[in-house]
Amino acid sequence: MSTITIDGQSVPFEDGETIYEVSRRLERDVPTLCYDDRLEAFGACRLCVVELEGARNPVASCTTMAADGMVVRTATEAIERHRKTLMDLVVSENPKGARIDPLRGLASQELAHLAVRYESDGSRFVGKQSGTSRPDDTNPMILRDYDNCISCYRCVRVCAEREGDYAISVANRGFETQITTEFAGLLEDSDCTFCGQCVQTCPTGALGDLRSMEAQDQPGEFEKTRSICPYCGVGCSVDILTKNEKIVGVQPAMDGPANLGALCVKGQFGWDWVDSDERLTQPLVRKDGKLVPASWEEAWERAAKGFKSVVEKHGRHAVYAVASGRAPHESAYSVQKFVRYGFGTNYVDNCSRA
Amino acid sequence: MSNPLVDMEKPDVIFCIGTNMTETHPVAATRLKTAIRNGATLICADPRKIPLARMADLHLPLRVGSDVALLGAMAHVIVRDGLTDEAFIAERTEGYDALVKHLETMTPEWAEGICGVPAADIERAAHLYAGAERGAIYYTLGITEHICGVDNVQSLSNLVLLTGNIGREGTGINPMRGQNNIQGAGDAGALPNNYPGFQPVTNPANQAKFAQAWGREVDLELGITKVRALEQCGESIFAMLICGENTVVSDPDRAHCEHALDALEHLVVIDMFLTETAERADVVFPAAGWGEVDGVFTNTERRVQRVRKAVEPPGSAKPDWEIIAGIARAMGLGDGFPYQSAKDVFNELCQLSTTYAGLDWDRIDKGEYHWPVPDREHPGTPILHLGEFPRGRGLFVTPGYRDPAETVSDDYPIWLTTGRRLAHYHTRTMTGRAKGPDWLVPEELLEVHPDDVQRLSLVDGGVALMKSPRGEVLIKVKATDQSPRGTVFCSFSFGDVRVNDLTGAGYDPITDTAELKVCPVSVEPAGARV
Repeated sequence: MSTITIDGQSVPFEDGETIYEVSRRLERDVPTLCYDDRLEAFGACRLCVVELEGARNPVASCTTMAADGMVVRTATEAIERHRKTLMDLVVSENPKGARIDPLRGLASQELAHLAVRYESDGSRFVGKQSGTSRPDDTNPMILRDYDNCISCYRCVRVCAEREGDYAISVANRGFETQITTEFAGLLEDSDCTFCGQCVQTCPTGALGDLRSMEAQDQPGEFEKTRSICPYCGVGCSVDILTKNEKIVGVQPAMDGPANLGALCVKGQFGWDWVDSDERLTQPLVRKDGKLVPASWEEAWERAAKGFKSVVEKHGRHAVYAVASGRAPHESAYSVQKFVRYGFGTNYVDNCSRA
Repeated sequence: MSNPLVDMEKPDVIFCIGTNMTETHPVAATRLKTAIRNGATLICADPRKIPLARMADLHLPLRVGSDVALLGAMAHVIVRDGLTDEAFIAERTEGYDALVKHLETMTPEWAEGICGVPAADIERAAHLYAGAERGAIYYTLGITEHICGVDNVQSLSNLVLLTGNIGREGTGINPMRGQNNIQGAGDAGALPNNYPGFQPVTNPANQAKFAQAWGREVDLELGITKVRALEQCGESIFAMLICGENTVVSDPDRAHCEHALDALEHLVVIDMFLTETAERADVVFPAAGWGEVDGVFTNTERRVQRVRKAVEPPGSAKPDWEIIAGIARAMGLGDGFPYQSAKDVFNELCQLSTTYAGLDWDRIDKGEYHWPVPDREHPGTPILHLGEFPRGRGLFVTPGYRDPAETVSDDYPIWLTTGRRLAHYHTRTMTGRAKGPDWLVPEELLEVHPDDVQRLSLVDGGVALMKSPRGEVLIKVKATDQSPRGTVFCSFSFGDVRVNDLTGAGYDPITDTAELKVCPVSVEPAGARV
């Protein structure tokens, strides 16, 4: 069996595994910025460099395939010094990194965390910046704050490789590099479907979830609750973000079995109805032709009385119930049991026929 | 779906029919895009040039409602050209000889005359699908929302059985379920013909099981579908409980639906909002909704997953199960609803369901199981029909082509077909109150081919008057070659464009599903009506 030695530990590997993947399997903390599990390895940020015996220079572990007999060291002093220099360079044009609110997106803290780890504060190198923000794009969902862009291309790659939308691309090179759409226009005029995948993979917060960011100035931390998207039948796993007992956003669950981190515009940005002023907050009963607020006891009594009187007048087959395909099982189960247990009929259906 | 979502990346030939998946199930569609990027061939049958059609190797732009002709002709070619999987047919099917005879006259040339797809393209589609190592079919409401919805599904089933594209990884016949828990609502027994777990109500053993479990007498007869119940409002149905459905807007023939509900003596609605349906109720209960309740959803691949409470519901709103238990208590039926939590309700369902028998609330915490899970040792069933079909052998059926309930005429010369838009969900109860999606698609547009815009003296961006025998709507026109000539498209999502005033000419005789995909209309400039 083929084996590779990583930091003195000899391990087998599978065909096609990279040094980075094997290292991660061994829980080696190899830093990355341009890496996203779901995307083809790209080798742009070079932070994942490791020492490979027999190679003249450090190699990018994310793009180097493991091979039999390789001897790799992931965190020598020289490698860490190398990474520190890379981080100092990256941070030099993104000094704001540490102040990016985590509500911007799932991966938005990656740069800030590495800046702390390598004590990079932007003071070592001073000079030009790449990426220009697009305040002219006033869409209410995706912030395009490219001043914070580090050209890792994760947004471009997720849009192409995972979404298949190819809505965004890269223009120019070096310090002139700019993430853009065709004809450098607005997202709404491009092939963008506002699925938000670019936002969630951005490691610097250069792309941000504008809806969540509305809550960034509120005091306190946000919490996450694992759930399932309320829209179509795909059943994407999401984390509901809450702050001060309000929902403030949704992030995709990267380990969601149905979606593997993907969402669409509805799942990503379509949650704010929950807090709508138009939500019903108390029972209503009809009095003198009008629906007026009532206590729960009164409403329950009124509902029960109506069903009982119809059964008395017209028989038990005069009552019908429709369950929701939007509510959980416990709702539909209760509706059908109400009919079968309560009236001894099968006069129940759900809303799937329309 | 017969196969799990992960299988969508594995077919070498994908046949999508009646599904605008990139808009209705966008995340599932990303998997198909991956398959295509990896070299899979895509056949897309749809009247419109939808995004999947633009991605396809072969687009079959059939006339709305002509699926049986197209699919029958594909089956004809598969048999004629010896592309069948003979071993599969011999081992796992029955009725083959009758099918062969039935298909004799369903030639590609015959089908071309009905569905408008060139015979050569029908032949090519048949050869591609039958030649697949792993051929997979995906469909949505474009197959089922017809008077011949069952015939359409059976026609697809014939293709599957002829070619053995079932019971293996990356194959199958895969309906994409539209609502987050429409699968679960059926699983939980909210059906007139089945107890929880799809146990038929007419089976004496099942009747005895539920009578004993609940300590109540049960009906020995089938219930009726919602469509029939609405028809009988004021005649034999006098009270209704509607939970989480905006029936008035989502159902066909709105006027009929409003009259039906108004004819009731007692209407109770449970909803999060005062919908058009709730406005007609005698009692409205405020429901706690998504993010506010614990519970279970089952997705389109039969994966049973937990939803969790993140925030308190507004005001005194409660979960549906608590509301219903309250009504039951007030009727003296409290003993049947002793639940303290959603977990209690779900676990009772698992105890009574054969498909969930191996599950309970704690076991589904990570969402690993695809039903059926018949016992506690069972790992779940990602792929159905591995060695056998539920009835044993797969049965070939012989559906013939039927015209839609209404066909185009001098008075109504244009086909209207309805559907969904990516940014919105159903009647916009939710997305209409979500800032992003509402900004993205703020209004409904009637998609009309540019040649028709000119022919009908319409103006791109102007307002048209669209009529059917049941009603009329004013709607803004968008010129686009996404619609074929002679067919127009819009969604029913917007309350100010009441498209379901027009639809509802007919229903499938077996499922009572409305023919929402076909409605002959007239379209003319709105003129002074604006």
